[in-house]
Amino acid sequence: MTDAGLPVAAMTPAQVAAELRSGMTIGIGGFGSRRKPMALVRAIASSAVADLTVVSYGGPDVGLLIAAGKVRRLVTGFVTLDSIPLEPHFRLARQAGRITLTELDEGMLHWGLLAAAHRLPFLPMRAGLGSDVMRVNPQLRTVRSPYADGEEFAAVPALRLDVALVHMNRADLRGNGQYLGPDPYFDDLYCRAADKAYMSCERIVPTAELTAGGPLQSLLINRSMVCGVAETPGGAHFTSCAPDYGRDEEFQAEYAAAAADPERWQRFRATYLAGDEEAYQQAVAALRAGRAERAGSPA
Amino acid sequence: MTGGEPTLAEICVVACAEAWRGDGAILASPMGIIPMLGARLAQLTFEPALLVTDGEATVLAPADGPAADGGRVAEGWIPFREVFTLLAAGQRHIMMGASQLDQFGNQNISCIGDWARPKAQLIGVRGAPGNTVNHPVSYWVPRHSRRVFVDQVDMVSGVGYKRAAGLSPVITRSHELRRVITNLAVLDFAGPEHAMRLRSVHPGVSVSDVADATGFVLAAPLQVPQTRLPTPAELAIIRARLDPEGRRDQELA
Repeated sequence: MTDAGLPVAAMTPAQVAAELRSGMTIGIGGFGSRRKPMALVRAIASSAVADLTVVSYGGPDVGLLIAAGKVRRLVTGFVTLDSIPLEPHFRLARQAGRITLTELDEGMLHWGLLAAAHRLPFLPMRAGLGSDVMRVNPQLRTVRSPYADGEEFAAVPALRLDVALVHMNRADLRGNGQYLGPDPYFDDLYCRAADKAYMSCERIVPTAELTAGGPLQSLLINRSMVCGVAETPGGAHFTSCAPDYGRDEEFQAEYAAAAADPERWQRFRATYLAGDEEAYQQAVAALRAGRAERAGSPA
Repeated sequence: MTGGEPTLAEICVVACAEAWRGDGAILASPMGIIPMLGARLAQLTFEPALLVTDGEATVLAPADGPAADGGRVAEGWIPFREVFTLLAAGQRHIMMGASQLDQFGNQNISCIGDWARPKAQLIGVRGAPGNTVNHPVSYWVPRHSRRVFVDQVDMVSGVGYKRAAGLSPVITRSHELRRVITNLAVLDFAGPEHAMRLRSVHPGVSVSDVADATGFVLAAPLQVPQTRLPTPAELAIIRARLDPEGRRDQELA
């Protein structure tokens, strides 16, 4: 309970990051370079926490946490920037043997979250069978149907999370969250699979404004799922957060180029990641102003 | 804009479209520009029941919408979670890329070298393991070479025929590697024991060109036909309606 008697706490990204402990398993919502809770990720990257196991449909969230040395194990089916297929930090870390990987089919990851959300130890699935996912994950077991078909399945273990992080377009201070883009991704499942979930959002609005701004079924996150809300305008930047903004492709290209080159990465980090979220947003605004000036000035 | 001989990209678009012929009301999931144009072309011509999305969650109807909406008409909603359900139900045919592909259709998009510490980390297995054991899968390879067509893949992401044969009857019934479309040729798995077979060569490409660019022995009929050319109606749809910006040429550059 909070000061105002509200069911969830209004928090800053730094306060959310301070809830994490080293060695925790965290799940990050969004998908690839889409609606990632980047403000929360940036706060974790600059916190003291370490040795995290990260479960994610990976995008630059994974890249930034790897670059900050926070990731011990990654559980994923892919890491991509979408418009740029490969994530440089992930590639370099894997090629240098700096992170441990649990590589699953992306449907297996969904199934693991669903099992955790339903408090089941596993769910049966055909995905994985016959592929090298079974070879590189010797901990994976199979299970036989007890019914007449007798079919053998992969027994996808529950992916229970200590903490889930998701980003919504809108939320209220009671902990209800709304997505206004084309896809909910798996953000509700991440919250349900976690002991504690924290939601950032573009804008906190009075509860009545939620259904004024979108249909009832856009209320993906309800207040039973989360224990803290952070208002972070631009909090998914540079990933897409439709309809509030699209992916910042120019910025992402700069990120990817910097990530592939240690010297450029030091400059990128000094420019954008040395301060807090407010400093990040100011640096991005300054970059935009520079772009606009260049575009507007005579050739 | 609508004149001129068909280009290689346009021939590939039509070859991709052909992969979905006869599929009916299932989800076509094209990965890449040329496969996407192929799926939309199939939907607009010989396979009108096909479900095709914009690459996100919007299902596009085979109709011309108002120019203000980019000429698109939405007819449905298939977010990622629903893609997983359609996939498990077998009601999908994806055309994926392949960093490596072997003679019996094992595909790799995960990494090159030893998985434990790869020489080159790629995107990850994505949905390839689940796709291949649940529904038809085709592959699009814009640069046919011995780097892609290998004796053995480093990390089996998509499951090939020999491996699928050892799995459950439901899987062996669902498993189908339909086509491999490349910048040189169209291939399928109608060779002995489902080995990869040369189905047709694109204009100007010889059978030995394809064999030279392939790291294993390709099955082939005595007479290898030429890949069919786009009809004038197909060319008009590709050029004027689906891709007036000419994005199809980027993938073969």
